[in-house]
Amino acid sequence: MRLQLVAACAAVAVLGLACEKKTDTKPAEPKPAEVKPPEPKPDAAKPAEPKPTEEDVILLGEVGSLTGGQAAFGISTRNGIELALEEANAAGGINGKKLAVRVYDDMSKSDEAAAAATRLITQDKVKVILGEVASSNSLAMAPKAQEAQVPMISPSSTSPKVTEVGDYIFRVCFIDPFQGFVMAKFAHDELHFTRVAILTDKKSAYSEGLTEVFQKKFAEMGGKIVDVQAYSQGDTDFRAQLTAIKKRKPEGLYVPGYYEDVARIAEQAREQGLKVTMMGGDGWDSAKLFELGRDAVEGGYASNHYSADDPTPRVQEFIKKYQAKYGTVPDSLAALGYDAARVAVDAMKRAKDLSGPALREAIAATKEFPGAAGVITLDEHRNPVKPAVVLKIEGGKFKYVTTISP
Amino acid sequence: MYELLQHLINGLAAGTIYALVALGYTMVYGVLKLINFAHGDVMMVGVYVGYAVAFLLGRDAASVAGALTVFTVAMLACALIGFAVERFAYRPLREKPRLTALITAIGISFALSYGFQLDLSVTAFGREWTVLPGAASKRFPDIIKAQRWASVGEPAPADPDHPEAGPGGVCLRFGEDEQASGCDDVILWNWQVIGFGIALALMVALQVLVYRTRFGKAMRAVSYDHRVAALLGVPVDRVIALTFMLGSALAACAGILFALKDKTIQPLMGLYVGLKAFIAAVIGGIGNLPGAVVGALLLGLCEEFIVGYTSSSWRDAVAFGFLIVVLLVRPEGLFGRAQAEKV
Repeated sequence: MRLQLVAACAAVAVLGLACEKKTDTKPAEPKPAEVKPPEPKPDAAKPAEPKPTEEDVILLGEVGSLTGGQAAFGISTRNGIELALEEANAAGGINGKKLAVRVYDDMSKSDEAAAAATRLITQDKVKVILGEVASSNSLAMAPKAQEAQVPMISPSSTSPKVTEVGDYIFRVCFIDPFQGFVMAKFAHDELHFTRVAILTDKKSAYSEGLTEVFQKKFAEMGGKIVDVQAYSQGDTDFRAQLTAIKKRKPEGLYVPGYYEDVARIAEQAREQGLKVTMMGGDGWDSAKLFELGRDAVEGGYASNHYSADDPTPRVQEFIKKYQAKYGTVPDSLAALGYDAARVAVDAMKRAKDLSGPALREAIAATKEFPGAAGVITLDEHRNPVKPAVVLKIEGGKFKYVTTISP
Repeated sequence: MYELLQHLINGLAAGTIYALVALGYTMVYGVLKLINFAHGDVMMVGVYVGYAVAFLLGRDAASVAGALTVFTVAMLACALIGFAVERFAYRPLREKPRLTALITAIGISFALSYGFQLDLSVTAFGREWTVLPGAASKRFPDIIKAQRWASVGEPAPADPDHPEAGPGGVCLRFGEDEQASGCDDVILWNWQVIGFGIALALMVALQVLVYRTRFGKAMRAVSYDHRVAALLGVPVDRVIALTFMLGSALAACAGILFALKDKTIQPLMGLYVGLKAFIAAVIGGIGNLPGAVVGALLLGLCEEFIVGYTSSSWRDAVAFGFLIVVLLVRPEGLFGRAQAEKV
């Protein structure tokens, strides 16, 4: 009898463990990860300030993939946002009020992202929502923000559809058509490829967007798309598609997917004896790509928002600050997260009050804002106009190759 | 032609992994009539144990002794986990309705796959030890050095600028030849051969165990009716515990071969493979060992050809469609025996 009890307890504990993770983003049991405004240092000169109450804090919301397939993206973005808010708070905050961000994990799933956005709006009453990285997740969140008139700034969702949702949805990165165009131009003009195959992630709006434009532009420039194969995010076996592609003898393979799938694809392409130059977009941008793909990803090219080799002083300054705080060189997701948060803070300073409509006006008026990933001027579609860089993988690192302007 | 042959190899390699996982599934089902949904996740745990062992031995130290150590430790660790799961989660529920145990199995599956997504490390003996690996994918060390076992194709042209002026004919090479151009239209890797060999050997070994040994006889007796078996002096608890340990060790073996094939591992890897292996086991006739292997190879081939010649969208649709057709036409599976149900 006693043993049964013990066993039952063990079973409950085990199940409890399973449930805990699940309820993480559900409204029933809020356990948000929160970045607190910097605690007053126990300096003798400055007696301990009273802890900031709800009234003294301006709360921003963030939805990110802190676990799941795109966890590396979410974590970089969160780091960038934290750094930006820390700086803003050190500089006095907004009219004496400190800034804080409430972060919810969406486990890289769009339904979770939508739920998290709703929760930020209705429960936490945030002023601005920052997020998401993946376009599919941003697309799930955007209608909620639009409906509630809470401005949303996506740091790095590149699908055009995201800002088309409504006038409260902004972004600080360029959009898919541009990345597809950049790579098509690079493949044609610089690499002199005439035969390219595409392997696209049909489950992601991002990948589909890049594919569509690459296909169109590359053909317009006179190149030939010899094959278009598809996979679904999370697949682990791409051998069948790669075997089919191999028969068409392409020179280049365009894989506008995310780093984890790309690493596997590169590895399996080599395994299948497919000798091609791989090309992709900013979805490749993670140190994980080299850890998982090792030398199979060597020699590939990817378009991106920023490069740490960029000598511009404000970029180098950002890199220095980021390295001091986190000990790693920021990737472009971190730079864009940083930019998104800073654009939000900048707008808060200029806005006449912190209501949704006033903030919306202020963000829309952003002009020549010096971001870490390029100067941001938002156009009438709430998308920034800025150039892209092309990077090459060499020795387990992204090396800057060239900049391609719109 | 070359493409077809390569698809065949790829399909069999995928089927091999399903087969190894399905063997454990089907054996546990055969004895307990319990669909152990946690089987795929036990496999995942085995992979992480293997990862840790390989790491301690020195990453990528591809030696026979090293590879054997990785396999052995992972299989032992999984056997222990299998024992613990059975002892504390399933045994107390044995006399309860079957649904209770099934839900518990799902609970354990989730506990393992999501528990392993947590980051947890402790500092002891002067260094940091990772207890739970976290959600991010990891690269599995190459504990077996990947080599081309055989390659078939058109021989390389003498003049690389005029590929059409090749010498023609077919060339077949054995052994590693990574850098050579040409003769790589179809490639068979050493780990594909090793995996396939292990799957077939284990199938035969298990078949012998179940039908030719005393322990196997006890397993079959428990499977038939565990209460009567107990009355006749069969140590039911021990038989079931051993079956679970054996099944879990098999899962670890399957998992490491899977990791050698896919190279990237993450805590959710077991859910999907477990599901596919379950389909394979049902197609072959659940509880039947050769059935599980044949069902798994069929499923692997079927998926590969569908994706290769139509579109990847059809992969899962075909897998589950195949299951539905088999259940409609031959509910007992390809190799299963129909049993009359007493009403």
